Amino acid sequence: MKKLVEKHPLAIRWFHWVNFPVLMLMIWSGLWIYWANDIYRIGWGSTTLYKFFPQSFYAATHLDHKLAQGMAWHFMLMWVFFINGLLYVGYTLVSGEWRYLLPNRHSFREAIEVTLHDLGLRKTAPLVQKYNGAQRIAYTAVVIMGIGSLLTGLAIYKPTQFGWLTQTLGGYEAARVQHFLLTVGYVLFFVVHVAQVGRAGWNNFRSMVAGFEIEDVPAAGVTGSMLAQRDPDAKA
Amino acid sequence: MALEVKPPADNPIPPHVSPDGQDLTLPPGSALDREATRRTRRSFIGLGLAGLGGVLGWRYLLNRPDAEGTPLPFRRVLDANGRLSAAYFRETRLAPEFAKSQGVAQVRTNGTAGLQSAIDLGAWRLRVQPYGGGPAQEFTLADIKALPRIEMTTQLKCIEGWSIVVNWAGTRFADFLAKYPLASRSGQPIRDIANPPADLAPYVSLVTPDEKYYVGLDMHSAIHPQTLLCYEINGQPLSIAHGAPLRLVTPLKYGIKHLKRIGTIAFADVRPADYWAELGYDWDAGH
Repeated sequence: MKKLVEKHPLAIRWFHWVNFPVLMLMIWSGLWIYWANDIYRIGWGSTTLYKFFPQSFYAATHLDHKLAQGMAWHFMLMWVFFINGLLYVGYTLVSGEWRYLLPNRHSFREAIEVTLHDLGLRKTAPLVQKYNGAQRIAYTAVVIMGIGSLLTGLAIYKPTQFGWLTQTLGGYEAARVQHFLLTVGYVLFFVVHVAQVGRAGWNNFRSMVAGFEIEDVPAAGVTGSMLAQRDPDAKA
Repeated sequence: MALEVKPPADNPIPPHVSPDGQDLTLPPGSALDREATRRTRRSFIGLGLAGLGGVLGWRYLLNRPDAEGTPLPFRRVLDANGRLSAAYFRETRLAPEFAKSQGVAQVRTNGTAGLQSAIDLGAWRLRVQPYGGGPAQEFTLADIKALPRIEMTTQLKCIEGWSIVVNWAGTRFADFLAKYPLASRSGQPIRDIANPPADLAPYVSLVTPDEKYYVGLDMHSAIHPQTLLCYEINGQPLSIAHGAPLRLVTPLKYGIKHLKRIGTIAFADVRPADYWAELGYDWDAGH
C-alpha cells in the first residue's frame, strides 16, 4: 500500500537550503581571495600535473582582481555559514536525527555494499533506515569538514589572537593549505551528491523540499524485519 | 550496544529497502495523490519564493551605497568583526617569534606607493603631531636609535595570502611614547602598556613624507610590544625599497599596515584615513 512517509523535518530542509547557496558563495569569494596568491598545484619537483588554477580558468570565470570584494563577502557570509551550521548540528542532537546521520558499526561494510550496488557490481541494495552507510559517512564527514573549515579559517583570519590554534594546525601556511583542501573536498562532495540525487530520482529529491517521500508500505502487521526478506529489486 | 541505532521515538523509521527507483506512481485523482500534489506544490513555491527573496536580498546588499570601496552593509560587517576582534584583543598575546636563522635573506617587496619621490636620508626627520595640540616635534633617526633596540623575527603576512619570516630591529612605538609623551592629552607618558593613561588617543595615523601612502592604527595595536618603529632588516639599515630610514612593523596586522618611510605620525579621536581601506579592504586588517 502506498503511503506518504515523513522523511526530512522542516528544520533540516531549511538548514540544507540555506547552506547550499551560502557555501557556494563562500567557495566563490574564497576563490577571489585565493587568486591573489594562487600557488597551489598537484605535482612534484618541477613537474606540475595541475595548477590551481590555469589562466584559462580565471579567464572563463572572471575570478581575478577581486581580493577586497572576496574578503568582504567571505567575512560576512562566514557568520551565516557558522550560525546555520551550528543550528543544524544542535537540531540533529536535540531532535535525535543524529541517530540516522552518525555512522555505526555496520556503516563501513554497508557503504562498500552500496558503492558496489551503485556501480552495478552487486545485485541487491542493503536495507537502510533514513540513510545508508555511505550516506551516513558522507553526511557526517561533511559536517566535520565544516568544523574544519571554521577552525582553519579562524587560524588564518586571526593568526595572532588565535595563535594557539594556528600553531596547533602546523602554522599559518599549513592552515591555509588545509582550508583550501577542505574546499576541494566540498567540491568533490557536491559532484557526488548531485550525481546521486539525480540517480535516486524525483521522490528522493522532493523529500528534501516537501519533507515526505512516497513509499510502498506492506500491509499492517508486517514489521521491518520481515521487510528485510523481500527481494530489494522487486518492483511494486 | 551504545552504537545500536534506535530511531527517535516520535519518528521511527525501521530498516527498509530504499524506495528509490521503484514505481511509486499514486493512483491519479486519489486522495493520496491530491495530498502529495498539494504538499509538493506548496513546498516548491515556498522554496522558490525563499530563493527569490535570497537573490533580491543579496542584490539589495550589493547595491547599497559604497562606503570606501565596498557596499555599506559589507563595510559594517567588516567593522563589526574588527570591534569583536578588538574586544578579544590582549596586549599580552604575542605573535609567534622565530629563530633569527629562520628569517629570509631576501625580503620580498610589494608596492611602491609613497616611495616614489626622491628622499634625502640625511635631511629626513620624523614629524610627530602631539595629541594635546601644539607644534609638530621633529626627531632624527639618531633620536629613535637612542631608544632601546628590539630585535624580533616574525612572520609578515601579506593580505594577498603569502607570508615570509623576517628578522627586524627597531624600537617599540610604546617605548618611543614612554620617552616622548605625545599621545595623551595631558602629556602623560605610557609607563605600562597594560595600563596606559586614560586620556590616550584612540587612534594613530602614519603618513609617508609625500602623503601618498597613509595608514591608521588602533592605539592598542600601536603600543603592543611587537609594534616597532623599524630601522633594520637582518641587521642592516633599511634599503629604500624596504622603507628607509624608518618604517612600521607590526605582526598584529597585514603587510598593508606596515607603512614604509614614515613621514608624519599623528593621533586622532576617529579612525584615520587608510590607503587600502579606501580601496575596499578591512580597515582593521588585524590578526
